[in-house]
Amino acid sequence: MNMIIPTATLATPNGTTRPQVRIVIVGHVDHGKSTLVGRLLHETGSLPEGKLEMLKAVSARRGMPFEWSFLLDALQTERDQGITIDTTQISFRTRSRDVVLIDAPGHAEFLRNMITGASQADGAVLIIDALEGVRDQTRRHGYLLHLLGVKQVAIVVNKMDRVDFSASRFKEISDEISAHLIGLGVTPSAVIPISARDGDGVAERTPRIEWYDGPTVVEALDALEPARPLETLALRLPVQAIYKFDDRRIVAGRIESGSLAAGDEIVIMPAGKIARIRSVESWPVTPLQGSPGAGRSVGITLDRELFVERGDVIAHVGSTPRDTRRIRARIFWLHDKPLVEGASILVRLGTRETRATVVAIEKAVDPGELSSVETKAIARNHVGEIDISLAQPIAADPYTDNSRTGRLVIEVNGRIAGGGLVLSVASGQRAIPVDIVPVESALRPDERSARYRHNGAVLWLTGLPGSGKSTLARALERRLFSAGGSPVLLDGDTLRAGLNSDLGFSARDRSENIRRLAEVAVHLARNGHIAIVAAVSPAREDRAAARRIADTAFREIYVATPVDVCESRDPKGHYAKARAGALHGFTGTGNDYQPPAGCELTIDTSRRSVPDATDEIERMLARSGVLFDELVDLAANI
Amino acid sequence: MHLLDNESTIARLRRADPPKGSSAAPMSSQISSNGRLPPPTMDHLDALEAQSIYIFREAFARLKKLALLWSLGKDSNVMIWLARKAFFGRVPFPALHVDTGKKFAEMYAFRDRYGKEWELDLKIEPCPLLETIDPTLPPAARSAARKTEGLKLALAKYGFDGLIAGIRRDEEATRAKERVFSPRGTEGGWDVRDQPPEFWDQFNASPPPGAHLRIHPILHWTEADIWAYTQRENIPIIPLYLAKDGKRYRSLGDQDITNPVASTASNIEEILIELDGTRVPERAGRALDHETEDAFERLRVAGYL
Repeated sequence: MNMIIPTATLATPNGTTRPQVRIVIVGHVDHGKSTLVGRLLHETGSLPEGKLEMLKAVSARRGMPFEWSFLLDALQTERDQGITIDTTQISFRTRSRDVVLIDAPGHAEFLRNMITGASQADGAVLIIDALEGVRDQTRRHGYLLHLLGVKQVAIVVNKMDRVDFSASRFKEISDEISAHLIGLGVTPSAVIPISARDGDGVAERTPRIEWYDGPTVVEALDALEPARPLETLALRLPVQAIYKFDDRRIVAGRIESGSLAAGDEIVIMPAGKIARIRSVESWPVTPLQGSPGAGRSVGITLDRELFVERGDVIAHVGSTPRDTRRIRARIFWLHDKPLVEGASILVRLGTRETRATVVAIEKAVDPGELSSVETKAIARNHVGEIDISLAQPIAADPYTDNSRTGRLVIEVNGRIAGGGLVLSVASGQRAIPVDIVPVESALRPDERSARYRHNGAVLWLTGLPGSGKSTLARALERRLFSAGGSPVLLDGDTLRAGLNSDLGFSARDRSENIRRLAEVAVHLARNGHIAIVAAVSPAREDRAAARRIADTAFREIYVATPVDVCESRDPKGHYAKARAGALHGFTGTGNDYQPPAGCELTIDTSRRSVPDATDEIERMLARSGVLFDELVDLAANI
Repeated sequence: MHLLDNESTIARLRRADPPKGSSAAPMSSQISSNGRLPPPTMDHLDALEAQSIYIFREAFARLKKLALLWSLGKDSNVMIWLARKAFFGRVPFPALHVDTGKKFAEMYAFRDRYGKEWELDLKIEPCPLLETIDPTLPPAARSAARKTEGLKLALAKYGFDGLIAGIRRDEEATRAKERVFSPRGTEGGWDVRDQPPEFWDQFNASPPPGAHLRIHPILHWTEADIWAYTQRENIPIIPLYLAKDGKRYRSLGDQDITNPVASTASNIEEILIELDGTRVPERAGRALDHETEDAFERLRVAGYL
């Protein structure tokens, strides 16, 4: 039998101290991945004996210049014959590391395979052709490395021989890609000028790149660290299952971060129930002593019978994840059908799965393009930021707090269609670790809507002071009430006298003011009332937050009265005070009002009467399903 | 017949003091400011084990009717061990042996002994006769294809929606492209070009009606990992893996299509040393891999493991 295999394709037997790191080489197609892999195998002494000479001889015979990528092709062919190595999982050794190379195709068509491969990597090498420079797939892969949480990225600028080893060309590319990656929060560990074909910069700093004083590729790989379990973070144990094989009731899962031990007081999220860990179960030895940490699959028993289920997250008291129904996420999309607003999806976060609705899509872009064209749908292989409303509460962390419980995948028709990072969970939702049991209303929504002849809603009137918000709100309140409805006025200034009396006018306090208004309003809306909010709410971001909170019940009305008209009205005397310098931070004389872009209705009260404007609002409410536009068969609804 | 195991080491594992790798050094030197032991650092095998346990538990939680394919070889024995770790001593689904009837006597003896000792719900399913198999396949592949057909029959008989198989990425090129949760068509086939994305340990676990999933809990292990873990955990093995008269089996299949390799490794320690220096691939002794360029891929597309 004449079978050969590079020694280094075999893993180090257990017990050695050489860390194993898994890497992907990514980048635009034809920028030299195969050549670099061939060269790396050669430089690290991982090639079968005589292989290189043989291929060089074959090339010479055929009158072709030898290419390093032949080596991979040759290995591939032999692999297909069952003889040598597998190009999808090549290993080699550097001075102090075992490096496992994970397959990650460069073709855009195979982005899902690139993602599958790169998600398993500890580090990545992003390869760029010195002649072609940064291309769309370079940027796309860079962006995905960021989304996948691959933090260790080395850049190699290949084919330096084609640009005469020009230091200035190198710097140009280095600056461009570094700026791009740093903008994404990924700092390259090195940017290395190389010629994979000739060997410069791969294992040696040759005279042709004497102007470069950073690490070689092999040195950069040698400096990679294997991914570390997140032991120093707060405990997160997503529950996989509850086992009752015998008299023990074992809560099983993998510790994603932190550590635990028998006796610890823990909280089961999102319900917020408290218990103590009685024992850490194991097999064949049980119970387990000590405190198992991140990365371990464990089973624990609790000191009391509590309802725990798959999808719950166990944490320590005082450092729990957030309990939320609303998440903002930055995602990549792999499905043929673009993701649109209103889409019904399945979200998986940790071991929890829940139905969800895409409430809003923002910043949908092709990460490969330089000048990003924003769209309202996320196409295949594109990325975007979305607001998700979840059908049931979930325990989650922003990914900046915990990368394991701060990421999610999206499933469509039983197949993973995308994934991404949790940017934020609706603020103020940090659960209090006590037995909170929300009491549901005794009435069904349809009982209420049958009586009021409208659905619950949040009408958000925004505009400058003096624009007529309160006047319109009061007129509308009277109109709806007269028709048998149940409107409730929530005036910003009125609430500031009570609920929000602790808040001032800093940007932060204004945000909190809006959040509270929105929470109260949505509570009313859920109970069938029409909450009419009249608040200046100058910040677009704050109103977007209110829309996330109120979700599909939200109707934004921009009271767009010109500022000079507002100032001439000045019902509360604020403009006069502000002009006199007695009222700092007053919206109206400042320039801090950000008008809405996508509101449901715009009304200029300087051009129309109050009854006329009220009619218009009523029509919008009927059109968008809040008011029943004709008499419905009430009996059918009860 | 002697089957390898080492009672004294198992006894050591069962002792009340924590096993190696999960304990900490003396208390005095390790107490940290919060008064608890720092978490023990995980070594390579601990990490592999934890990942496999996670996969087992996901499969058990998300599929309705699972079976574990027990080929009696070193890999599937490690798999059973890991299942017992995942489920605290028991394997909560059937162990399915699709029997070609042509295994080594040592393998059948092993099955009969450990099927009982490990309290497995053992289901032995015979394979159809060679005459019923595609005659265009090369001889060894044709012989192996019986197993694929036997598997299809078992699937039809029990209606499993998930089959747990002990394949590894480092074994063979087409296996390297596998997912951990790998959907199969209604005919049991595998479409390597249309695999769903799989990342962050979130798995595609919704097979369409009539189709099933293959679950690969040790996909990320290597041959050396299997041996190192077998040694650490003292998992019994079939003695054919150890050298006798200068030869041993690196991989065990049907008697007539499996050949031993030249070796002097008479214990696991020596196997590990041998593996570290070898240039011969693991399945070199498996005739069916080498008959034609695509024989193995054809088998896998049709549903072979």
